[in-house]
Amino acid sequence: MFTVLNQTLLCLCFPVSHSQITRLYSRFHSLDKGENGALSREDFQRIPELAINPLGDRIINAFFPEGEDQVNFRGFMRTLAHFRPVEDNEKNKDPTSGEPLNSRANKLLFAFRLYDLDRDDKISRDELLQVLRMMVGVNISDEQLGSIADRTIQEADTNGDMSISFSEFTKVLEKVDVEQKMSIRFLH
Amino acid sequence: MESYLFPFDSLICMLLGISFTVWFTLLLVFIIVPAIFGVSFGIRRVYMKSLIKLFEWATLRMERGAKEKNQHLYKPYSNGIIAKEPVSLEQEIQEMRRGSAEPEFDMSDIFYFCRRGVESIVDDEVTKRFTAEELESWNLLTRSNYNFHHISTRLTALWGMGVLIRYGFLLPLRVTLAFTGVGLLVVLTSIVGLFPNGRMKNYLSDKVHLMCYRICVRALTAIITYHDSENKPKNGGICVANHTSPIDVIILASDGCYAMVGQVHGGLMGVIQRAMVKACPHIWFERSEVKDRHLVAKRLSDHVADESKLPILIFPEGTCINNTSVMMFKKGSFEIGCTVYPVAIKYDPRFGDAFWNSSKFGMVNYLLHMMSSWAIVCSVWYLPPMSRMEGEDAVQFANRVKAAIARKGGLADLLWDGGLKRGKVKEVFKEEQQKLYSKVLVGSSEDRSRS
Repeated sequence: MFTVLNQTLLCLCFPVSHSQITRLYSRFHSLDKGENGALSREDFQRIPELAINPLGDRIINAFFPEGEDQVNFRGFMRTLAHFRPVEDNEKNKDPTSGEPLNSRANKLLFAFRLYDLDRDDKISRDELLQVLRMMVGVNISDEQLGSIADRTIQEADTNGDMSISFSEFTKVLEKVDVEQKMSIRFLH
Repeated sequence: MESYLFPFDSLICMLLGISFTVWFTLLLVFIIVPAIFGVSFGIRRVYMKSLIKLFEWATLRMERGAKEKNQHLYKPYSNGIIAKEPVSLEQEIQEMRRGSAEPEFDMSDIFYFCRRGVESIVDDEVTKRFTAEELESWNLLTRSNYNFHHISTRLTALWGMGVLIRYGFLLPLRVTLAFTGVGLLVVLTSIVGLFPNGRMKNYLSDKVHLMCYRICVRALTAIITYHDSENKPKNGGICVANHTSPIDVIILASDGCYAMVGQVHGGLMGVIQRAMVKACPHIWFERSEVKDRHLVAKRLSDHVADESKLPILIFPEGTCINNTSVMMFKKGSFEIGCTVYPVAIKYDPRFGDAFWNSSKFGMVNYLLHMMSSWAIVCSVWYLPPMSRMEGEDAVQFANRVKAAIARKGGLADLLWDGGLKRGKVKEVFKEEQQKLYSKVLVGSSEDRSRS
């Protein structure tokens, strides 16, 4: 069963080493308490370090495609593939696969989607406020938070529609080392 | 017809009789009598050394098999599979603020939380403590075979023989011993209970307890090494240890006499508890009393104040952890204000996994697993006694003791609560994270208004 899985994965756009797949499959299996080959939101929330992360729910949401409640191993790997370090791409120059999932643009898209609650490809003031509220809890007043949100939109918004599109988002973060901040390195 | 069967019958009976007699004599001579006197023939250590050689050979075989097929042997790493930088929230966010004229909030702040979150999904410090530790190499037990491939025919044959030996010879032997040990405990402690209170009774009770626990130790083929016995717990103190399984009790109690603490159970456990308490005072709580923390504390302090009573044995983690780490110690036993004798217990997982995964296996299943493993090998370290220092509260004291135990046993020292095995993490920890981040945001605005 495992080698079939291996082959399927190698055909997709993220080549991972054999041992890394084995390890991640082990991890997937240990998270899957119901042993039905798929993870639910509760399975993720059982991880204490994730449960105390202020953006834990948003990150969990990123694993589940629109309207679905279960994610299988393929989906799990697909989302994790965004966090592969960028250097690994040199080994895989597959012209047909298009842009790899762990490119700078796709990493930025992942982060953008954490802000974009209703998945309409725009971060509205409301959405920004909600995410800010998740990050600060009860420690900052509504007015202060509102002014932070206004200032952020003002600085990012170039076409005057009072919301941040993906290209505006990319422009604001063009000097940030996204590749390093959004990558996870395997030790072995 | 019948005349043919009679000689066979009597022959069979005779053979059975002889084999049983031989069996029981061997048992008595090699196991029970040494247990009574606390001596050992050293058979178990020889057994352990031969097993180690066997496992090393098996690993070499598997590595050779892997090299032939040009693949890598799967190696589990319990120390973590991804590189986690120990950078705090403030540090990372300061780094991302390029220069001084910064907005209070930067859209890139989200990267920190995002990466930490995904890191914890791939590998977190807590959930892996509640399942059996993965072994570096296979120990010829099916139950510890995670992804070990390249198992040649010879290895399979060895494994088959292992199964025969473990289930055909060792398991019946151990079960017999276990029944003997428990049976003797119940009977003898009840007899000792008939004596009037005094030095004679205490002496007999100690001897009886030690003997029965030693038989139980042999029933598990437990090979225990005790270190620093000069620090053994004395009367009027509390002994704390890290908890991996119910067997911890047997391991500690076969080397010293303790007063046990626990909830009253029904069934066989209840019978044992009632018998034990006749011989010497143990502390059993009714289920309803367990919730009342003051009552619990009072009973413990009363016991400790009486110098003639044995030291109390407590496991402050409150639940079984898989012996790779020590989790939060509950502060109850550290509030009593007496000397604490820490003990570190470390099992060698190659011979048999002692961890009781109570959500997966019931007690009977667990005991069967124990008795059909190769052996239980562990080391016990008695640490020097500790007391609460001036200005230290119970929680700090508990953490200090925990750190000492973790250091000695080579275990990871975690602040997380063992109760997370079943329960959810408290909201207050998330609120702490939010507070930290708010400080970073608000802090920078204060600086700006000052400048």
